Amino acid sequence: MDISKEKMVDMYTIMNKIRMFEIRVSELFAAGKIPGFVHLYAGEEAVATGVCANLRDSDYITSTHRGHGHLIAKGGDIKFMMAEVLGKKTGYCKGKGGSMHIADRDLGILGANGIVGAGPPLATGAALACQYLGTDSVAVCFFGDGASNQGTTHEAMNLATCWKLPVVFIAENNMYGISSCTINSMCVPNIADRAGAYDMPGIVVDGNDVMAVCEAAGEAIKRARQGQGPSLIECKTYRHRGHFEGDPCVYRRKEELEEWKEKDPIPRFEKKLVDLGILSPAKAEEVKTSIQNQIADAERFGEQSPYPDPSELTFDLYTE
Amino acid sequence: MPTMTFAQALNDAHKLEMQRDPNIYVAGEDVGTYGGIFGVTAGLLDQFGPKRVRDTPITESAIIGSAVGAASCGLRPVVELMFVDFIGVSMDQLFNQAAKMKYMFGGKARIPMVLRASCGAGIGAAAQHSQSLEAWFMHVPGLKVVMPSTPYDAKGLLISAIRDDNPVVFLEHKILYALEGEVPGGDYSIPLGKADIKREGKDVTVIATAQAVHTALSAAAKLAAEGISVEVLDPRTLNPLDEETILGSVRKTHRVVIVHEAVKFSGPGAEIAALVAEKAFDRLDAPILRIAAPFVPVPFSPPLEKAFIPSEEKVIQAVKTVMES
Repeated sequence: MDISKEKMVDMYTIMNKIRMFEIRVSELFAAGKIPGFVHLYAGEEAVATGVCANLRDSDYITSTHRGHGHLIAKGGDIKFMMAEVLGKKTGYCKGKGGSMHIADRDLGILGANGIVGAGPPLATGAALACQYLGTDSVAVCFFGDGASNQGTTHEAMNLATCWKLPVVFIAENNMYGISSCTINSMCVPNIADRAGAYDMPGIVVDGNDVMAVCEAAGEAIKRARQGQGPSLIECKTYRHRGHFEGDPCVYRRKEELEEWKEKDPIPRFEKKLVDLGILSPAKAEEVKTSIQNQIADAERFGEQSPYPDPSELTFDLYTE
Repeated sequence: MPTMTFAQALNDAHKLEMQRDPNIYVAGEDVGTYGGIFGVTAGLLDQFGPKRVRDTPITESAIIGSAVGAASCGLRPVVELMFVDFIGVSMDQLFNQAAKMKYMFGGKARIPMVLRASCGAGIGAAAQHSQSLEAWFMHVPGLKVVMPSTPYDAKGLLISAIRDDNPVVFLEHKILYALEGEVPGGDYSIPLGKADIKREGKDVTVIATAQAVHTALSAAAKLAAEGISVEVLDPRTLNPLDEETILGSVRKTHRVVIVHEAVKFSGPGAEIAALVAEKAFDRLDAPILRIAAPFVPVPFSPPLEKAFIPSEEKVIQAVKTVMES
């Protein structure tokens, strides 16, 4: 698969954007400025980025509670994301959803979701709509190792194959569902081992190698567009931070985290691009500085935006 | 005017709407080749083909969840839950996804889907195939809940439910499927949120749903012979409730008896009773009574099932009690 230089730089930019956004959110959360829960994607950037590099605005994704990375990779505007996590009325969801429920229908983002395993049936349905309406759009379902054991995931995959739907299931295996390690919770070593049970192709990729993810996802998405049905791609990765901000992570060893940090997808890709002469170190710095400025702008936008008025409490419940 | 059964009326609604809008599809267990176990979707597969009329595996979470996803992306699913009792295995897709997406996403989502389900006791189907769970769905902001009692209402309400851009739970009491009634052959719709006075009266308002409407009507006929004039009010839609019609009737008669087959404790009647007590308290001449099922699962044995279902005698007794107050 040919990935252009522009696309590679683009992916590098997006991964940095996700990382820096998540780090800034973690700082704001620690400062008490963000209500509720946030579940950060830091460490997993290559998965969302590599997959979404193959998608158009007219393709759909379903996301998870750990959705900021998917949203940014699919083209989400960090201003409106920041405003949403701060609970402001200028957020994507007018402050009504928060971190776990950010959505942008215009970008094909069918929402982050607070229910583990809710995404797969929704993505199967979005794929049904694509097939039914005769477009060559596809649906991509991001789901985790936790969701891979949920009944809804099993049902969605079975139905997707029965109806030969254009859906690609991307399993982000970061080994932990809160404190529950896949060694204890999953009956097979790889989520992709289950693909045969649903008669769909299933492969394991290094989820911290954005090019590998991009290529594998590209193949699966092409299959789906051509009417050949669903696929399962398992991306092995790791979250640098806790399940939620504030999680003491008592269930993982520091050594394990350090091992995975050495496989951090971003410096890895930066080195590759620099070695290939596609990106100079100076340009890399420029990219990061530019992103820092965008994040500062987004934060300013969020902080200066008003909260929704209590009079808006009952708005947007039903479509008139 | 043609006569058709409740099931045929629903079938007719499907046909008219599916002819009108190519984005409507039907899915569910045994809805295609079999025509639905109560016959509601008979003939649809032949007429519209397998793209639009889909037999599914036994997979309620995926049937409903994929309907939510498809509805988010431009289709209008009309999916069947064979028995409302099966909502348990798939409730998340309905109450956490379908119902909440529009609000959580700040208004940008639109989930135009109908979830039809059979409900109710009386055929010996026992505890897990006979429930009336409308109170569960009424309690979820974001859903609409419809419960017709006649073939005429069934067709007109289903047409409106299909045209509604929100997730609608459409509950069909299984005893009613064979009920015959006059139903216009063409296109007509009954607005959601509008109650119907099935029988006018002046002494007491009996508010009833689904099969209980007919119990109330036969009780009213007997009471008329004893000089008691009963008004039978059928809400037709349980959420949104037609407050205006309900309160208007109460202000006229000053007495209320509510009859439903859902269990009494925390049933739909509790909401209606609270509404009436809150907004028409000083117009009441008697306490509000509810005749409903006792707080047990639906029993199997015929005499027990009969004792479970609100009877005409119990309605008559309740009416006489409020008349004496």
